[in-house]
Amino acid sequence: MTATPLLEVEDLRVRFHTDSRTVEAVRGISFALGREKLGIVGESGSGKSQTGRAILRLTPPSAEVTARRLAFDGIDLLAATPRAMRRIRGARISMVMQDPKFSLNPVMTVGEQIAEAHRVHRRAGRREAREKALEMLDAVRIRDPRRVYDLYPHEVSGGMGQRVMIAMMLVPDPDLLIADEPTSALDVTVQMQVLAILDDLVSRRGMGLIFISHDLDLVASFCDRVLVMYGGQIVETCRGGALHEASHPYTRGLLAALPQVDRPPRDLPVIARDPAWLLPLPPEGRP
Amino acid sequence: MIEVRDLEVGFGTGNDLIRAVRGVSFRVGEGESFALVGESGSGKSTVLRAISGLNPDWSGAIAVAGEPQGPRRSRAFHKHLQMVFQDPYGSLHPRHTVDRILAEPVAIHRLGEADRRIERALADVGLGQGFRYRYPHQLSGGQRQRVAIARALILEPRVLLLDEPTSALDVSVQAEILNLLRRLRAERGLTFLLVTHNLAVVNQMCERLAVMKGGEIVEEMTAGDLREGRTRHPYTAQLLRASRGYSRAAAAAVLDA
Repeated sequence: MTATPLLEVEDLRVRFHTDSRTVEAVRGISFALGREKLGIVGESGSGKSQTGRAILRLTPPSAEVTARRLAFDGIDLLAATPRAMRRIRGARISMVMQDPKFSLNPVMTVGEQIAEAHRVHRRAGRREAREKALEMLDAVRIRDPRRVYDLYPHEVSGGMGQRVMIAMMLVPDPDLLIADEPTSALDVTVQMQVLAILDDLVSRRGMGLIFISHDLDLVASFCDRVLVMYGGQIVETCRGGALHEASHPYTRGLLAALPQVDRPPRDLPVIARDPAWLLPLPPEGRP
Repeated sequence: MIEVRDLEVGFGTGNDLIRAVRGVSFRVGEGESFALVGESGSGKSTVLRAISGLNPDWSGAIAVAGEPQGPRRSRAFHKHLQMVFQDPYGSLHPRHTVDRILAEPVAIHRLGEADRRIERALADVGLGQGFRYRYPHQLSGGQRQRVAIARALILEPRVLLLDEPTSALDVSVQAEILNLLRRLRAERGLTFLLVTHNLAVVNQMCERLAVMKGGEIVEEMTAGDLREGRTRHPYTAQLLRASRGYSRAAAAAVLDA
């Protein structure tokens, strides 16, 4: 890893307070991110999505976010003013959510939305923004950018909508992209295309990518490094290609529970959850 | 058990007609488990809905247990054929207790002994009696899908139509539900018709499958062919490669298609 990581996270905690109790969704996680593809895998409630949101300070007001250190490019994100955060969000760190249907403005053409992102973050003129938007549509492999530019979100398919979202998030040329289940709503073949685009962006532009997903096989094959989350903690960190050599019983249990396409069917082993997995992990150095 | 011949389903009329299913034919033997595989818009769910009677506008021939079916289905038909949907959050009435959800089909079919049947149905899907008076929002996703399966099984049907029954569930919960379905099928000699986009789930659950694309079946094969990678149609090969995870080669193959 390089001397100054793009993102440093130390002892990050996210707590939700309600009248009757406090739920800790993220319980003291630490990691550092360089210009690489980092996967965060886990099941519902593991805290993976709240981790992504906490980095961008997008957690709801009822949540309390604390960390010993949460820094992006040396900037302390927890101390940043709302105004400073707005300069970071979108322009330097952007986020792609699972479903484009809920993230795109339904009454604005997709091209204008991408152009707007460029104008806002790069203070560009209309003509330049339009050119840039068309260029981005082409970069996410949309065949006829000029035609698609004038379409409204309801006129594009899910796969195209997600590529439009990615184009919009990438047009300000961010240093870090947080993608929360970006391909889960897509067909496998479209999923491959979207992943290839993200892969290119990381290798060509040197962008950092946090890829949050429940799909172990996908993350293992796509990411350089994988954090496995369970009950708000990182229970294991491994190289993407080596996920199948994982040692934590939870990770092993998840892998074993996946049906396989190339082996005869058998009863799938069900994960026997050990309460000890939820005990606080000893503080450790960065993975 | 299920025989479909030259099935056509269209939506809209005139120039706006979309032929969602184009001349689909297949048969599923008694006790067999068969999968329809495809991506969004391939027509796989539309075929299932036509068989179940949820979509009355179709042409061609559909026979279930040797009985030719028309657009409307009899009550006896639904006694023998039940369906489990993808989203257990959407398919259970939010303001009905599990007890009421399970009592309804028993009442509609005038089977009697509701109490005993409900108890047994809950036990069959691995839910304790403590779940009986809960509401869907008090259950986890996996527990809800178990209730949906219990509701289908309480009529003691011979055929289950399964529409992406585990794609909304976590991996560990998916394993539990797939195991449950396999066990129930073995115990009761059920016939399964499964719709899914997940080839690994097909291999786990079915003996044969048909791959659909653009409303047509492009290939029919056995699960053994699937395991060994013996695909004939390039589209099937592409799906299979994509299901093994991300690689530059898999992505490039898609772009060329």
